Amino acid sequence: MQLNINGKPRSFEPANLTVADLVQHLELVGKRLAIERNGEIVPRSQFDSTQLADGDKLEIVGAVGGG
Amino acid sequence: MSDLLKIADKTYQSRLLVGTGKYKDFAETRAAIDASGAEIITVAIRRTNIGQTAGEPSLLDFLPPEEFTYLPNTAGCYSADDAVRTLRLARELLDGHKLVKLEVLGDPNTLYPNMIETIAAAKTLVKDGFDVMVYCSDDPIIAKQLEEIGCVAVMPLASLIGSGMGILNPWNLGIIIENAKVPVLVDAGVGTASDAAIAMELGCQGILMNTAIAAAGNPILMAGAMKKAVEAGREAYLAGRMPRKLYSASPSSPTAGLIT
Repeated sequence: MQLNINGKPRSFEPANLTVADLVQHLELVGKRLAIERNGEIVPRSQFDSTQLADGDKLEIVGAVGGG
Repeated sequence: MSDLLKIADKTYQSRLLVGTGKYKDFAETRAAIDASGAEIITVAIRRTNIGQTAGEPSLLDFLPPEEFTYLPNTAGCYSADDAVRTLRLARELLDGHKLVKLEVLGDPNTLYPNMIETIAAAKTLVKDGFDVMVYCSDDPIIAKQLEEIGCVAVMPLASLIGSGMGILNPWNLGIIIENAKVPVLVDAGVGTASDAAIAMELGCQGILMNTAIAAAGNPILMAGAMKKAVEAGREAYLAGRMPRKLYSASPSSPTAGLIT
C-alpha cells in the first residue's frame, strides 16, 4: 500500500496495515510519538484498531529540543 | 520564606523556565538544566526522523517527563491553525498534558510574534481546555486581552528571540505587570544574568530563556548564574528598593564624633 509519511511517499508490502503495524514497520515501537492521519489525531489507544487506507497522509511527531 | 510561582493551580519553587534547544548534545542540555534549577522546560514538536536507528537516544531519555513539567511550544508556527494543530499533537504525545506555550511568529528574520494569529489561536486553545502560557509583544493592551481570553500566563518579549539585547522597554513591562491578574513572565531577549535580575526586579513572576544559556561560552556556568540572578532579582523586588535621589545629604556613617 502507498502512504505519505511526514511529507514523503512510501510503499509497504502488506495491503492492509493498521497504525500499530505501521509503527512496527518503521521500528518506532516504544518511542513516544503522536500520529495524525489525514489531519485527525489517532489516539494511541486506537493504533491497533485503526486501519490505514491507500493514499493516507500521516504525520508522526515527537518532542525535540526547543525554546 | 515560601515564595512560590503559581501557574494554573500548580506551584513551582523555581521562577526560571528554560528551553532545551541549541545545546551541543543531550548531556550538556541535561547538565545546564540541572544547574539552572528549572522545573518547567520547553520542548518543540517535530516530525520523527523515520529510519532513525531504534536505539538512538532521544531528548526524553535525558529529561524524563516524570521529573520535569514539559512545556510544549509552537515554535516555527506562523498561523493560528498550525499552532493549534501542533499543540493538539503535543497533548496526545504527552498523555493529555494541558500546559502549553503558544507562540505564533510573524516574520522569519526578526521572529517577532504575530499577535492577530496568536489571539485567534489562544481563543481556540482555551476553549479546547488547554492551559495557555502565551508569548506576546510588550503591548499592554494585547497582554490584557490575552489574560481576558483565559491564558494562564502572559509572556511578553524583553527583546527579540535569540537577540540577547536585554530589557529594552522596562516601562511597558511595568505597565503589563501592574495591570495583570495572571503571572507575567519575560520570554525572550535576556542576554546575561543582569538582564534576568532587572526583569525580576520589575516584578515579573518568572523568566523563560534558552539562547542566553545555550549560546554562552560555558552554558552550565551561565545556567547557574541565571538561577542566582532570578532569585536575586525576585528578592530585591520583594524587599523593595530604596528611593532614587539625585544626591543625598544623609551619609551612611554618623556625622557625630568626627575627629577634628
